[in-house]
Amino acid sequence: MFPRPIQQASAQSRVLYQIALPVALLLWLFPLLGVAVTSLRPASDLAAGNYFGMPSAIAWQNYVDVFTKTSTPMSQYILNSFKVTIPTVIGTLILSTMTGFALGVYRFRANLLVFFMFVAGNFVPFQILMVPVRDLTFGMGLYNTSAGLALFHIAFQTGFCTLFMRNFISALPRELIEAARVEGVAEWRIFWFIVLPLMRPAIAALAVLVFTFIWNDFFWATVLTTSASTQPVTAGLSSLNGQWIAQWHLVSAGSIVAALPPVLMFFLMQKHFIAGLTLGAVK
Amino acid sequence: MALASETPRPRTWWRRNQQRLTPWLFLAPGMAMFVFYVIYPIIASFRLSLYDYDGLSAPEWLGLANYAELWTDPAFTTSLYNNVLWLVLYLLAVPAGLFIAIFLNQAVMGIRIYKSLFFFPFVISQVVVGLMFAWFYAPNFGLLYNVIEYFTGKGVAILADPDLATYGIIAAGLWPQIAYVMILYLTGLNNVAPDQVEAARLDGAKGWKMLWYVILPQLRPATFIAVVVTVIGALRSFDLVSIMTNGGPFGSTRVLSYYMYEQALSEYGYRMGYGAAIAVVLFAIMMVFISGFIWKMVRDERGVH
Repeated sequence: MFPRPIQQASAQSRVLYQIALPVALLLWLFPLLGVAVTSLRPASDLAAGNYFGMPSAIAWQNYVDVFTKTSTPMSQYILNSFKVTIPTVIGTLILSTMTGFALGVYRFRANLLVFFMFVAGNFVPFQILMVPVRDLTFGMGLYNTSAGLALFHIAFQTGFCTLFMRNFISALPRELIEAARVEGVAEWRIFWFIVLPLMRPAIAALAVLVFTFIWNDFFWATVLTTSASTQPVTAGLSSLNGQWIAQWHLVSAGSIVAALPPVLMFFLMQKHFIAGLTLGAVK
Repeated sequence: MALASETPRPRTWWRRNQQRLTPWLFLAPGMAMFVFYVIYPIIASFRLSLYDYDGLSAPEWLGLANYAELWTDPAFTTSLYNNVLWLVLYLLAVPAGLFIAIFLNQAVMGIRIYKSLFFFPFVISQVVVGLMFAWFYAPNFGLLYNVIEYFTGKGVAILADPDLATYGIIAAGLWPQIAYVMILYLTGLNNVAPDQVEAARLDGAKGWKMLWYVILPQLRPATFIAVVVTVIGALRSFDLVSIMTNGGPFGSTRVLSYYMYEQALSEYGYRMGYGAAIAVVLFAIMMVFISGFIWKMVRDERGVH
């Protein structure tokens, strides 16, 4: 194990380590803690210049205000986010289990070429896609709709997920598939009854990852949606920020609300989340 | 009866070609979507960069005039310079993430919770990260402003200072990026071969020497991914610039991705052809790195099979 386990160190170092841990964490999360405290500070504190002292009261009211006292309530933006995120997760998983299966199981000449098309496409800067994707979305009459945004996300995320799924399926024991073929099982049945059940961990990992990526997307939200009835919460928060000039208690409460769903997702599905992110980090 | 069941079933066209056709049938929907929304737009952007196009009237052929204009556009030069700055400073996330990972790679009570809390910034949207740091940097009441004022007698409004604003934004970007790199290295450290570490220890290796000669070579896959995601993250930086400064003050924090958006879509813009030319330049820079990554991945693939 590297570094040397702290249990083998002197008593002094052990105590030091136990103190250093919470101190480092506090420093690391400082911007977050600051915002969390500000989100509970009454507006009167900020007006009186009390930015860092103890809040004079706990103002849960700020959280109520971001849902009620805005031109568009946060709940609308959150709903819009779900309307984009959930179809994207489902669509991406369906497409990429299929592409991953094709590329992971079959050996054909164009295999590696198709695979690297997905991989390379996944790395391109969004800006090179921006104008044409916006025109395509316009052309289909889907500009400023959740469907327009979700369709693009499905296509783009399929690139990343194909990489993941294909590597996962390649690592499955080939004998399973060979044995089924000898038995004369049809190829689509191999996919449905043999491969798909084994892919559950990969599917879970990608579901959490794609959820987080799409929930946090800001660029495509600003390019493909414009009105409060369709903008996801990231774009919504940005426009609310414009209305709440210097009302940091509201900005903070709004930020925390917008961050909550992916944070909950992360803490509930931590194992899968990290398995997805660290794919390829070990041999 | 036994005889009947042994006669081969009729070999239809489908049964004969099943193995060859199945992968293409499975690939078809995903590939169709990907070609439509990713491959075709890349080609379309290249074409568009040769036109004058405002999104409404018919595009007008310009040849390479857009690129010639880039050459003399000071805003483009600033953006390009800032992108280089982002790229170089963002790579600090790799050693910083490794450092935190080593710090946290212990088996003490509650360490799991520490690890997830350290990872936390990565889960939050960049929009929220941008707002948090804007608050942290805010003049007069921002925490950093006050700390600087306390030590030097005069506060610094980082995001309002054209010389400092970009650094302020990059620092905000480093926060989640370090968290990401950290988690990659924690996973890597978890898989370091314990016998090699013990053997090296018996040979008297420790500290930096151990890290450099024994640990880092084993962490190579994690380092590769960390560099890939950090380079891509640096070149994709858009959200933070947009949220924290809108490219200001005086355009000093623009990066190519933001300047492209500004030219093509924001209130300054609807110069989509010119925007596309900026995007092509950004794409070309990215391609240098992508080709490198792909080249390495292809080599690894060949090695495996």
